[in-house]
Parts: sequence; structure tokens; C-alpha cells
Amino acid sequence: MPERIKTLASKHRGLVVVSVIMAIVCVIWVLPVAAVILNAFKWNTFVKTDTFALWNAENFAGWSNFITGVTFGNYNFWLAAWYSTFITIVSTFLILLFCSMAAWYITRVDSIWCKIIYYLCIFSMVVPFQMVMFTLSSTADQLKLNTPWTIPIVYLGFGAGLAIFMFVGFVKSIPVEIEEAASIDGCGPVRTFFFVVLPMLRSTLISVGILEIMWVWNDYLLPVLVLDINQYRTIPIHIQYLKGSYGTVDLGATMALILMAIIPVIVFYLACQKYIIAGVAAGAVKG
Amino acid sequence: MAKSLKANSIRSATRRWFWLFLGPVVAAFIIGFVWPFIQGIYLSFCNFRITADAEFVGIDNYGRALSDPAFQYSFWYTALTAIVSLVIINVLAFTVAYLLTKKIRGANLFRTVFFMPNLIGGIVLGYIWSMIFDGILSAYNTSILLDTTLGFWGLIIVMCWQQIGYMMIIYIAGLQAVPADMLEAAEIDGATSMQTLFKVTIPNVMPSITICVFLSLTNGFKLFDQNLALTGGQPYIIQPDGSTINTTQMLALTIYNTFYTSSTASRGTAQAMAVIFFVLVAGLGLAQLAYTRKREVQQ
Repeated sequence: MPERIKTLASKHRGLVVVSVIMAIVCVIWVLPVAAVILNAFKWNTFVKTDTFALWNAENFAGWSNFITGVTFGNYNFWLAAWYSTFITIVSTFLILLFCSMAAWYITRVDSIWCKIIYYLCIFSMVVPFQMVMFTLSSTADQLKLNTPWTIPIVYLGFGAGLAIFMFVGFVKSIPVEIEEAASIDGCGPVRTFFFVVLPMLRSTLISVGILEIMWVWNDYLLPVLVLDINQYRTIPIHIQYLKGSYGTVDLGATMALILMAIIPVIVFYLACQKYIIAGVAAGAVKG
Repeated sequence: MAKSLKANSIRSATRRWFWLFLGPVVAAFIIGFVWPFIQGIYLSFCNFRITADAEFVGIDNYGRALSDPAFQYSFWYTALTAIVSLVIINVLAFTVAYLLTKKIRGANLFRTVFFMPNLIGGIVLGYIWSMIFDGILSAYNTSILLDTTLGFWGLIIVMCWQQIGYMMIIYIAGLQAVPADMLEAAEIDGATSMQTLFKVTIPNVMPSITICVFLSLTNGFKLFDQNLALTGGQPYIIQPDGSTINTTQMLALTIYNTFYTSSTASRGTAQAMAVIFFVLVAGLGLAQLAYTRKREVQQ
């Protein structure tokens, strides 16, 4: 008996040690974000030489980096933030609505065309963006899809594969009897979809929605190639061009903008953490 | 019988709504994927500056792409980066997941923190880390842009910071699905914790390991934003023939630079590189599919 107590005690001690090590690793894990906060409030000249120094009377810049930052690189940061927000929300909405409709139709009608479309969707998931980037941007140009108001159509097209794949996986698990009952009660296909099927898709809608939000919000290459960047920039484009457009970069102002760019992401994460982690695990099938 | 008749009548009633349900996606899918893909394949056999002036030249572009030293270099560089990051990310992610599924204090908080970098976009990640690396390296009078080895390990660190939390989530799900009675049986039989780990736990999480290995491999091959923002391919070396090779430039960035920063005359070559790149990445995806199918059949 004493031996068992001894092993339990050593096991408990082991867990405490693991906890402490994990806590230390966690602190290291957030240091890069801490460094962004630290340097966002430092004068430019100190960012490179005293990156890890704490604030003092000499290097502390207050809000001045944020003030220079928003009009930095001849482009207004708030405009980029507005375009990013608009494109993300509209693209995600279009993908959720049209891909869930398509997935339901594909599963229930199951004709030869449906199968072709479904397999094309799966195929599109393994195609890297570089394969289509040149032709996609020239197609988007020709069709005048090169503005923030129309680029969601491009996102719908390029993002349809994963979304349809995930929705089809879920619709297959819904018993068709429910829809039959709705049809006996006089519901046509359109009403059946919107009032019976769509509410049941809730958890998949959240998962897919989160994946699309993360993708579109952080995406750099597609918008930079499709949009006319002299007029329209998203946040990632804006940050990339801070470096490109200036000979010398104002690192303090850059860090201020990066901080403003990641705060909404972190708030979003902390608010919907449960759904985000579940959604990411569900989307892991994508290559 | 009555049931299937009913299902059939629903099906034919639904079928009429093709344009409403499938129309928008099909139209966007053709614009955003099908047409650019077909045109991309065709253009890889052409000389072109813009899509309208394409002139068919056969497989010349492929020959030029495959013999381009910059393309060859970036292929090996990408393979090395992908494999090194794959090993480090998966070993660390599995270790963290394994420790977090023990009953330790604060496991949820740790999980939240480890996953957080995954939400930050590649461009922003690259600039955060280039500030940090240069902050450290300025003490030694160098920069991440000046040293190929530093650039390599810098990128590996960025990839680890971003992806460990992601893979950790998949491993945690796998570890939680290991049957508790199997672990108990091992304990009663007097297995050491190492024996339990290698003989019971790891064989049971093989599906998660497969997913994570392929995910980190394809992530590595497709990496673009982080590469562009951290080093942009710097530093470069000058070849005897006067051309340059960016020594930290991965495949995706090489293709991009061949399209947009070299002379527009090399766009055919760039498109051929893109097709080769597609075959490579799609091959990895198909290998994963075949492998998981085979395992499912065996089980």
C-alpha cells in the first residue's frame, strides 16, 4: 500500500512539473505578440536596435506610430480595413448560401451532372493557387471582377470545392424522411431547403464559415493579383506594400498597423474559440 | 416501394430547380476554377505575355522550366524545408498534445495559447518574425536577409509557431479517442509509460498521424506568404552566366517571380512550372487519399 501511495505522489509531482514547463512554453509562445505590442509604441529608430528593451522615456512613442501608420504608404489603413471586412463578410455569406444549396441538390438529385460537379469540387481542392493564378487574374480582369464589390464571386468560385465537399458530407447524414414529411405537408423544394434543411446544417455552416473567414481575411495572393491595388487594398496587401513602396520602412508604424491588424483576429478567436477549434479540426481533410 | 416512389417524386420536383440551386455555384466555379485551370494547362504549351497573344510552342516551356537552375534549386530547397518542418512540427505537436491530455492544470489555457498563431495571416506572421529575428541578429551585425542558413531556420521557426497548435488540435482529438480500457489494461499488466506510449497510444492514433504528416507536407510545399514576407528569397547568388538564384526562395515564390518580376517573355515557362507544381502537390494529395483508403480497408 505505501508503495502505491508513493507512485501516486510521484505521478502527481510529475504532472506539476509538466504544468510548469507548459506554462513557460506558453509564455514563450506569446512573446512574438508581446514584441509587436512593445514595438508598436516605440520610436522607429529603437525598433531595430532595442527590439526587446522595455519602454522608457527615450524610446516610448505613445500613439504617434498609430497616427503615422494609418496614412502610411499613401494609403489609408481604414480603407484597407473596410475592404478586407467587406470582402470577407460577403464572400463568406455567398459561399455558405450557394454551396449549401448546391450540396443539398447534389446529394438529393444525384444525377450524372451532380456527380461530375462533385468530383470537380474534390479535384479543385488539391490544385494549388499558383496553377491558376495568372489565368484567374486575367479572367477576373476581363469580366470586371477586379473590384472589392465583385471579388466575392471569385472567392465563391475558388472556394466552392472545400465548402461543397464539407456540406455534402453532412447532408448525406440527414435522413431523407424529414424532407419527405415536409413535402407531404406541401413544401416545395425551395421551402424544404430553406425551412427544413438549412436549420439542420447549423453546425456545418459555422465550421465552414469560420474556415472561409480565416482564409479570406488572411489571403494575400488572390486579392493582390485580382484587385487594382492602386485603388483597392486589403490589410495583408497594405502591410506588404508598406515595405515595397518606401525605400526605408518606418518599423514602428508597421508594428502599429500589424497590432491593429491582429487585434480583431485575436478578439474573434477568444470570442468563438470553441467553434474555431472544432471547425479547424473538421476542415483538416483539406490538403 | 411507396417510399422510393415518394423519394423519386421529390427528386424530380427538385431537379427542376437546377438553375436556382446549382446555377450560381456552377457559374462562379467555371469563372474561378474550371476555365482558369483549362486555360492554364493550354498556356503552359504556349509563348505568351497576356492570355490573348498565346502562340503554341509544344513542350518547350517544360524543357526550359525543368532545366532552369533557379527552379531546380527551389525544388530541393522546398523539399528540404517541407521535410524538416514536417518532422519538427509533428514531433512537437504530438508531444504537446500528449502532455495536454494528461490531467494537468491549465490544459485549456495552454491549448488556447498554442493554437492562437494559426489565425494570424502569413504576411503578418512574416513581418512579426522578421522584426524579432533582426532584433536578435542586429547584435551580431547581420540580418535574416543576409544569410541563407539563418533564413532557412528562421522560416522553420515561423512555420512551427504557426502550425504546431493546429496539428496539436488534431492530435488531441486522436488521443482522446484512444479507448480508456486499453490504457488501463496496459497499466494493470505493469507496462511502463514508455511502453504504453509506443505499444498502445501511438498505434491507436495512426490515422491522426497520417493526416498531420500529409497536411504539414503539403503546407510546406505550398508555402508562399511567409516566405515572401520573411526573406522574399534573399540573399541571392549570381550564376556564372549572370542569372541569379534566390537562396531562400521556395517553389511557389519562384513561380510567382517568374510570372511577375522576370521579363514577361518567361511567362510560358512560369505556367509550365505551375503545372509541374500542381502535379507535385496533387500527387501528394492523391497519395494521402490512397494511403488512408488502404488503412480503412484493413481495419
